[in-house]
Amino acid sequence: MPRGTLSAAALAATLSLALTSCSSSSGPAPSAGATGAGGGKGLVVGVTSDPDTLFPWKATQFQAVNVLQNLYGTLTEFDKDLNVVPGLAESWRASDDGRTLTLKLRQGVMFADGSAFDSKDVKSSLDKIMDEATAAVARTSLASVKSVEAPDAGTVVLKLSGPDAALPANLATVNMAMLSSDDTEEKLNGTPNGTGPFTLGKRVPSQSLTLTRNDKYWGAEKPKAPTVEFRVIPDESSIVSAMQSGNVQLAVFNDPLVAQTAAGGGTITVAKTPQLNYHVLQLNARRGELKDVNVRLAMQCAIDRKQVLDTAALGEGEVTGPITAPAFKSDPGKRPCPARDLAKAAEYLGKAGKAGGVTVKAIVSQGEYATSVNEAQNLKAQLAEAKINLELEVLESGAFVDRWVAADFDAAVALNGGRPDPDGSYGRYFTSDGNLNKVAGYSSPTLDKLFAEGKATTDQAARKAIYDQVAAELENNAAWIWLFAGYTYTATTAGVQGFTPMANGSLQSLRATSVS
Amino acid sequence: MRALLRNRLARRAAGTAGTLFGVAVFVFVMLRAIPGNQITAGLGTEAAALTPAQQAALERYYGLDRPLVAQFFAWLGNMFTGNFGYSARNQQSVLDLTLRSLPVTAELAVLSIVLALAIGVPLGMLAASRANSARDALGQAVSLAGLSIPAFLLATTLLSVFAASFGFNPNGQGFATLAEDPLLNLRQMLLPALVLGFGIAAPILRTTRAAVLEVRSEDFVRTARAKGVPERRLQVRHVLGNALVPIVTMTGLQFGYLLGGAVVVEQIFSVPGIGRQVLLGIQQKEYAVVQSTVLVIALAFVLVNLLTDVLYRVIDPRVRAS
Repeated sequence: MPRGTLSAAALAATLSLALTSCSSSSGPAPSAGATGAGGGKGLVVGVTSDPDTLFPWKATQFQAVNVLQNLYGTLTEFDKDLNVVPGLAESWRASDDGRTLTLKLRQGVMFADGSAFDSKDVKSSLDKIMDEATAAVARTSLASVKSVEAPDAGTVVLKLSGPDAALPANLATVNMAMLSSDDTEEKLNGTPNGTGPFTLGKRVPSQSLTLTRNDKYWGAEKPKAPTVEFRVIPDESSIVSAMQSGNVQLAVFNDPLVAQTAAGGGTITVAKTPQLNYHVLQLNARRGELKDVNVRLAMQCAIDRKQVLDTAALGEGEVTGPITAPAFKSDPGKRPCPARDLAKAAEYLGKAGKAGGVTVKAIVSQGEYATSVNEAQNLKAQLAEAKINLELEVLESGAFVDRWVAADFDAAVALNGGRPDPDGSYGRYFTSDGNLNKVAGYSSPTLDKLFAEGKATTDQAARKAIYDQVAAELENNAAWIWLFAGYTYTATTAGVQGFTPMANGSLQSLRATSVS
Repeated sequence: MRALLRNRLARRAAGTAGTLFGVAVFVFVMLRAIPGNQITAGLGTEAAALTPAQQAALERYYGLDRPLVAQFFAWLGNMFTGNFGYSARNQQSVLDLTLRSLPVTAELAVLSIVLALAIGVPLGMLAASRANSARDALGQAVSLAGLSIPAFLLATTLLSVFAASFGFNPNGQGFATLAEDPLLNLRQMLLPALVLGFGIAAPILRTTRAAVLEVRSEDFVRTARAKGVPERRLQVRHVLGNALVPIVTMTGLQFGYLLGGAVVVEQIFSVPGIGRQVLLGIQQKEYAVVQSTVLVIALAFVLVNLLTDVLYRVIDPRVRAS
């Protein structure tokens, strides 16, 4: 559940109680109307919790990623459609055999402390991310990188163990942020020093964090707002009332109910964005009854995904196949049993020699995200009609994470994170040596081969065809049962302009946002 | 007499130390009984992808690689030297965090108590002045409402009504302490104090009513009335004066609970008090934050109880004599 952690954390903060403490010793945070140097009004963003870390290589919490993305730069970036575009690297080129990736760095880029950014910083960053002692979460995304060379200040050469088409996309996450080679984690925890569009202004722990426009930012377009304040208001409904009274101008909600309330008042505009994150019933094909592919297929045929979406999430979302990334999207119509088919389910159970029914235990998290328990109950009810008894074990979210991390479950109702590149999403789950394969519970030589092929070609159409096969292989074997992808809701008050929501929940367009 | 007092103080101090040690052990054990640790709290399910070497590096970073007993005594020892531990999340010492959040909650608690007394005592006296009458029923109704309406419901209702209808929502702004901006601070405290105060007004109202009824039936009241003491003076000076002991007890108890119990209200109104500090600490499994803060709350509770005892003596000469 890679980036799932992000949304899960966000949702957890949203729906269970969240956080915060301590008052400011140095005066209240700047108010909404604060005017900074360079003109324009400061923007206030309502968030349910503040970042749990300011060190980009370890940040998985949604709020932390959102803040850090605006402070730090990455070699590549995503545009609004999640295509990989140049970031700190102006261009990159793979050698013909795919074993070398040469990146040309942007010139004249400076860190917040005024020092220059060059290839030495890139080498030091990538080397440290790959070092296990750093405990960087993106380490495995560099699995194909054997060494990093910096032949001159403007060039970086990555020597690879083999072609890796997913690498440019992997470099775009803030977990791959480029840090100055002089900085240490300890220093950055207190004083971020990045190349992003903003620098850290003031921080009042658990209350607010203010970003200030970085006038030395390399981008053609300088940030519009002089300041962006992330104001911690732990309860989503309280954020709505803060927006109604004009104290907060922008917020991202995950709970459809809260979004509906916000939109109901008339003063707040709410935009829906489909998510990369997907809701799924994970099956552990290495345990119990689920070892039998026919039992898994029977479960798959016994579930009407639309019903799960409608009953658990007010119909707010789309039924989805394994791949949610726009450029590689799976077609849910092409799966086995695209519609619920109880006869087929009975047939599969018969094949498994379990015509009398089976019992499967599933873990469910309580409070990690809004819809988990409702989803589980609907799944249980639907499966019961196919003589499959889904025994639910509802766990507090910490206990759920413990069990999930240890892969100690037969089935799990989960919200997992999708990524713009399907290799990034699933390579680590469904290849036999993937670091999350234990949790995925399924792998096969066919999948290993397909994932290897997917990395080996950079041709977009060829890759799409390969990942279509991956999706088919996953669903034909009912590795998991993919249910639906929800929305996030971006709420803005009148006067907020230029904000573009993205399917990965990124707030990177804050740099283009202004308030009038 | 002096020796007696000294003895009593020593006993009290020993009792307090024992209580606090018990709290320290209890919180330490309970925290570790909760599934997960700071690593999984921070990384969530991403923790599944850690290699053993990465896991070990993180355990060292958070100090989780040491034996539990060593962790306990290291923490307790540090507390004595004024080192409450460090919050990795906030990049601040827990002492600093506590010194900021404790006054906020203390202020909220005092305001709530003042509001509660302002509602509870007069209504309680009113209710007692004519037991089983219509005004008694009114008092009972108010008290029932205070006891039965959950704080979160009252809080969210007030917040949305005030914000949506009047645009009044000082809590959506950055929090101002009393020293920084007294006016804004009081506006920000108004709704949370009202919610908490309403809840506490109920037991105070009931206690007042019962105490007043009891005192009124005593001989000295009848004597005073027979001697021609005016009714108002009789009610305030003689009746209320003597009914104060149970009211003070109840108020002291409620104040103690408020110090740790304002979590929900602090959460909804974004008041950066100590309740939220504990809640956040639990969610992030920041052991030092939770352990140290809970100990501070326990100490405050004990001190408030002590203060209540002292107040008895001031109010009631009989307690002093005994």
